[in-house]
Amino acid sequence: MAAYTPKGVLTTPIFKNNPIALQILGICSALAVTNSMNTSLVMGLAVIAVTAFSSFFVSLIRNHIPSAIRIIVQMTIIASLVIVVDQVLKAYAYEISKQLSVFVGLIITNCIVMGRAEAFAMQNTPVMSFLDGVGNGLGYAVILLIVGFFRELFGSGSVFGMTILQTTSDGGWYVTNGLMLLPPSAFFVIGLIIWALRSLNPEQVEENEFKITTNTKAKEAV
Amino acid sequence: MASNNSIKKTLTVAFALCIVCSVVVSTAAVVLRPTQQQNQELDRKSNILQVAELYEPGVDVNERFAEAITARVVDLQNGEYAEDKNAETFNQFEAAKDPAQSRTLSGAEDMAGIGRREDYATVYLVGDPDNPDKIILPVRGQGLWSLMSGYLALKGDGNTVVGLSFYDQGETPGLGGEVDNPDWKALWDGKKIYPEGEMDPAIRLVKGGVGPQTPEAEYKVDALSGATLTSNGVTNLLQFWLSDAGFAEYLARFRDTTQGA
Repeated sequence: MAAYTPKGVLTTPIFKNNPIALQILGICSALAVTNSMNTSLVMGLAVIAVTAFSSFFVSLIRNHIPSAIRIIVQMTIIASLVIVVDQVLKAYAYEISKQLSVFVGLIITNCIVMGRAEAFAMQNTPVMSFLDGVGNGLGYAVILLIVGFFRELFGSGSVFGMTILQTTSDGGWYVTNGLMLLPPSAFFVIGLIIWALRSLNPEQVEENEFKITTNTKAKEAV
Repeated sequence: MASNNSIKKTLTVAFALCIVCSVVVSTAAVVLRPTQQQNQELDRKSNILQVAELYEPGVDVNERFAEAITARVVDLQNGEYAEDKNAETFNQFEAAKDPAQSRTLSGAEDMAGIGRREDYATVYLVGDPDNPDKIILPVRGQGLWSLMSGYLALKGDGNTVVGLSFYDQGETPGLGGEVDNPDWKALWDGKKIYPEGEMDPAIRLVKGGVGPQTPEAEYKVDALSGATLTSNGVTNLLQFWLSDAGFAEYLARFRDTTQGA
């Protein structure tokens, strides 16, 4: 594989190798927290912080991690960072941390964090790993913000809590789309994003893993 | 790399990592605790303001709370104000855990499923403390999954409900969690607790909706659909906290004074 450049590790995960859109990782939290831009932004920042620092610390001690317990070591580092992030949110962004509730804690199980620690940080230097973590966190955050933008705009008629489309309940004209506030709508939005990204970068389209055989016609027994 | 996989190295790395991580986590928890407690306190106060319908977005919660609300400690035994307790420092929820300041509830008595009831409770009064516009009572009880803690706001007659709001509950989101739904909470406004001349709470949640035609509609609130056990929990905790074991003695004084006046 070609040598990594700082710029490369930072920017490729955003659109070229996006953890959500291409690797389809971290979908569950992307469904749960994207019904408003505020929660999407805070969740994105939390994941950036956790991915960046966990990659950094894993990389820092990568030459001392016994391979038998390396997953546990990574998990411990990630879990500690997630608790710290959770505590910070509770102290400085209480309202949002109440809305995010368990999902901050569930960053521990976010495949992106673990995936970057195992796939990148174990083989690369701390600074590169840190940038890689930031890049992948950004890739996650960007998708979250795009999904959050559409869900909040069409679900509540606002962006970052500021009214854009005057809703009927406020005496305006816009009838809110309740589905947009429910998690399944994130599937549709993410699906559309993946479609758009793959139309722009056709090399992202995967080969079919198997061919579906055509239906056979029933023949009369001879 | 072989040395990395020796038992000694594995144990050393695991142990060192645990020490470092636990120090980091506990430092964060200890350093941030005061700020978090302030937030919780603020959240509790804004809940009290909301249930009393004094809350507007953007208002300074601490300031509004200080100017509008007086906290008093009530002796649940006889319904009198406990003048020797400082409402600023008295913590009812700590007291409930302390055997010296609370008593164990027997099975039949313990409708709300809280196990122990404190001897004193903090109530919040809006307006003139001697003749309040609104009375806010702390209530709590077991729902389906969780202990639900909240505030019940009453008018000055100690009988008409202004609102009910839970600031802490872990019921199923979308079903029992709808106790937080503003549309449902709006149903409580104007309901009555005690029938005429009695101090036995009649208020309850009922299935199937409450319309103007429903008999005794003023004591009934529509239950949460799909959340029978949470609804039962709400009924039970209100029945408990408004009975003699709860605030009935205390609320009786308002009925006397307002009826006399």
